[in-house]
Amino acid sequence: MLKRIRIIPTLYIIFLMLPIYWLLTMALKTNAEILGGFSLWPQNPTLANFKTILTDPSWYNGYINSTIYVALNTVISISVALPAAYAFSRYRFMGDKHLFFWLLSNRMAPPAVFVLPFFQLYSSIGLFDTHIAVALAHCLFNVPLAVWILEGFMSGVPKEIDETAQIDGYSFGAFFARIFTPLIASGIGVAAFFCFMFSWVELLIARTLTSVDAKPIAAVMTRTVSASGLDWGVLAAAGVLTIVPGAIVIWFVRNHIAKGFALGRV
Amino acid sequence: MAVIHLKDMAHSYLPNPKVPEDYALKSLNHVWEDGGAYALLGPSGCGKTTLLNIISGLLTPSEGQVLFGGEDVTRLDTAHRNIAQVFQFPVIYDTMTVRQNLAFPLKNRGMAPADIEARVAEIAEMLDLTERLDNRASGLSADAKQIISLGRGLVRNDVNAILFDEPLTVIDPHKKWVLRSKLKELHQQFGFTMVYVTHDQTEALTFADKVVVMHDGEIVQIGTPEELFERPAHTFVGYFIGSPGMNILPATVDGRHATIGGNEIDLGCDYGPLAGGKIEVGIRPEFLKFGPVGKNGGEGTFDVQISSVEDLGRHKIAKAVSGDIEIAVLVPEHTPVQEGAAALTFDPARTLVYQDSRLVEGAN
Amino acid sequence: MQRKLNQKAWFLVLPVFLLVAFSAVLPLMTVVNYSVQDTFGNNEFYWVGTEWFVEILNSERFHSALGRQLLFSGIILAIEIPLGILIALSMPKKGWGASICLVLMALPLLIPWNVVGTIWQIFAREDIGLLGHTLAAMGIDYNYTHSPTAAWITIIIMDVWHWTSLVVLLCYAGLCSIPDAFYQAAKIDGASRWAVFRYIQFPKMNRVLLIAVLLRFMDSFMIYTEPFVLTGGGPGNSTTFLSIDLVKMAIGQFDLGPAAAFSLVYFLIVLLLSWVFYTVMTARDGEAN
Repeated sequence: MLKRIRIIPTLYIIFLMLPIYWLLTMALKTNAEILGGFSLWPQNPTLANFKTILTDPSWYNGYINSTIYVALNTVISISVALPAAYAFSRYRFMGDKHLFFWLLSNRMAPPAVFVLPFFQLYSSIGLFDTHIAVALAHCLFNVPLAVWILEGFMSGVPKEIDETAQIDGYSFGAFFARIFTPLIASGIGVAAFFCFMFSWVELLIARTLTSVDAKPIAAVMTRTVSASGLDWGVLAAAGVLTIVPGAIVIWFVRNHIAKGFALGRV
Repeated sequence: MAVIHLKDMAHSYLPNPKVPEDYALKSLNHVWEDGGAYALLGPSGCGKTTLLNIISGLLTPSEGQVLFGGEDVTRLDTAHRNIAQVFQFPVIYDTMTVRQNLAFPLKNRGMAPADIEARVAEIAEMLDLTERLDNRASGLSADAKQIISLGRGLVRNDVNAILFDEPLTVIDPHKKWVLRSKLKELHQQFGFTMVYVTHDQTEALTFADKVVVMHDGEIVQIGTPEELFERPAHTFVGYFIGSPGMNILPATVDGRHATIGGNEIDLGCDYGPLAGGKIEVGIRPEFLKFGPVGKNGGEGTFDVQISSVEDLGRHKIAKAVSGDIEIAVLVPEHTPVQEGAAALTFDPARTLVYQDSRLVEGAN
Repeated sequence: MQRKLNQKAWFLVLPVFLLVAFSAVLPLMTVVNYSVQDTFGNNEFYWVGTEWFVEILNSERFHSALGRQLLFSGIILAIEIPLGILIALSMPKKGWGASICLVLMALPLLIPWNVVGTIWQIFAREDIGLLGHTLAAMGIDYNYTHSPTAAWITIIIMDVWHWTSLVVLLCYAGLCSIPDAFYQAAKIDGASRWAVFRYIQFPKMNRVLLIAVLLRFMDSFMIYTEPFVLTGGGPGNSTTFLSIDLVKMAIGQFDLGPAAAFSLVYFLIVLLLSWVFYTVMTARDGEAN
């Protein structure tokens, strides 16, 4: 009974890992080997593809650019979402429900709708091709998400704690920083993880708002494909390197990941 | 309904237990009578939940057998043991109505719909649930939910025993009493064997015919509340039951006399020259009296200093000190007592002797 | 939880309000502006009223993209939701096995979307891909760049690969919140495996499952990057979903007016769906309290 059941997750994980394995083998092959014949694993493993990426500025700058705007976005999203989530979880105020729904609706908005107006907006205020432009644009869907996740976690903290702190003479700021924030630390971690994730995986907006100076790795990949006549090995190596940050981040939040994906509302 | 027989049974969570400390439950050999109300009492970690899980079939004991009415059920799974259980937190099927909840165990066992209907109606009547049969179960209060959990056990007429795992934990204090009397009433009516796990001595003592006291993976005594109070078989029982618990005093015993910290007292029985192991004398605070004040005031007196008196309304508790021995004494209302020198009188018939924590039976 | 009435809470929400207003309301106003005007370049605009909306709502192109989109989202849900539930049910609940499952399963969710497209391109191509090559060796005619059926199947498998884990993780979180006592009680009540699922696990997963269905619906409704990288919307227009069509129209052909009208219609469809989502969610919240 037990053995038969465990087959399902095993098969699923194999299904998930096969394409990733294939990407990795490709990254370790030379272009000649890729196009020359079919083999299940690299016959002459080489790190040349990785070397190309790590030594060519047009490649590795893509990683640096992506990292910068992802980090900026995460910091901005979390810092504005924290007080708002607190307000939604603790208080009723005029228009709270409508506001919350309006925020959520932005999470649901198709990025394709915003491509053109974003391009014009950020061009007109002179932010086109800067990291901050992408970071701000990604706030469109990350801030609502962060508010939502944090509100879920904060609602799990008993209100009595706020009242006790008030009686003990903490100012609101001191209470929030010293007592409340540590209590929802795992919620903040999960929200940061999701901001990281959605900003890291997004391509359409990031590509539209950048041309040279802030061009994300994802865009570098799509452009190199069309320009250099499909250098599969380098492309695969670049792909492998985009998976690494995600894998590292998952490892840190693995214990909260399930609850996080349920947006703190299990 | 059936006799539950635990035959040379022991359990360890380790694969190869060697020393006694490896066992979560040390070897037991007990027969629990049909229709009895047993309370498993002990602090957390004493093995009472392990024992309950073995009886319910969630755990298979590593040694020995469990017999229900003479039939070996050691390896039988929970569904086939015909037991019912009420858990610490109410377990109800949220999406069902009260009626569907009660019918669920019968439906699973393939009973005819008409019979189910009749049986559910009968049980609902007894549990005062008739009015609420068609309500959604999820909206009810915690005590009503616990009643429904119990009802799911009662509807089955093949139940050998009903197990309760601290069922009053989440119940409001003022409802606890109501629910407890309801349980008692149902027990008398149905006569099922009932095993009730708790760490609350009041709950155990008011509820059960027989209290099974557990300590460190061992059943240290099975007895009526009176027996536990008057003749604790183990110093742990003396200390755990009663408030404050029994005074346990290191002593030497010879024949009908015991010496405690240089004071000699009389004993009710003859123990002969008792030697070997740790010898202690146990006496409940209820059976101690402050005798005539003054040194060597008479036989059986025991010179002490009263260091503090706590007034609890119906009685007072005095703390008496002699050397490095501390003794709690229960002083009835209206009896004057004050801090300072005093002498204690032990009731010889109530003074018990323990060797290595176990009660020693003396000769008359 | 009972919340206090406090209008000053608006100050706490203000930063979020301003930020989202800047990044959502301003651009949306631009879109509305374009949707009712025409231009012949040189920044000269003419009022055209609802003409673009009429054109879009009556255009064959929009209808077929919407049709493909609905079909795609429907197929995705029909596969990913039951599969996700099944996998979550059979996952180990604790220990290192559970950790490994969680980490490995979450991995596809953190791969940039274009890389997902690239991975499947490399994996499914007939000449260099493990899948494409194996199928070809087995004599199956499979080429996703020529056959619309193969393209659809590849995109669907890719999406299943990419997103089923989200459903798994949500359901797993729901399952983990069920105390052991429920399973023990079900055993005692003689419940079958199916009854345990039907009366214990499914009700507890209800809430997260709703999140899963709606997130998956919305996200598949907005899918752009992965099929764009894999098929570019082809062969022909066979995998041109709403977002791909919109970007083609707006950036590729620079048809600002129709694209803006398209955007608004698209957005309104999604908004309607998220309103349903939100209403159902809060109704449930109210019931739970």
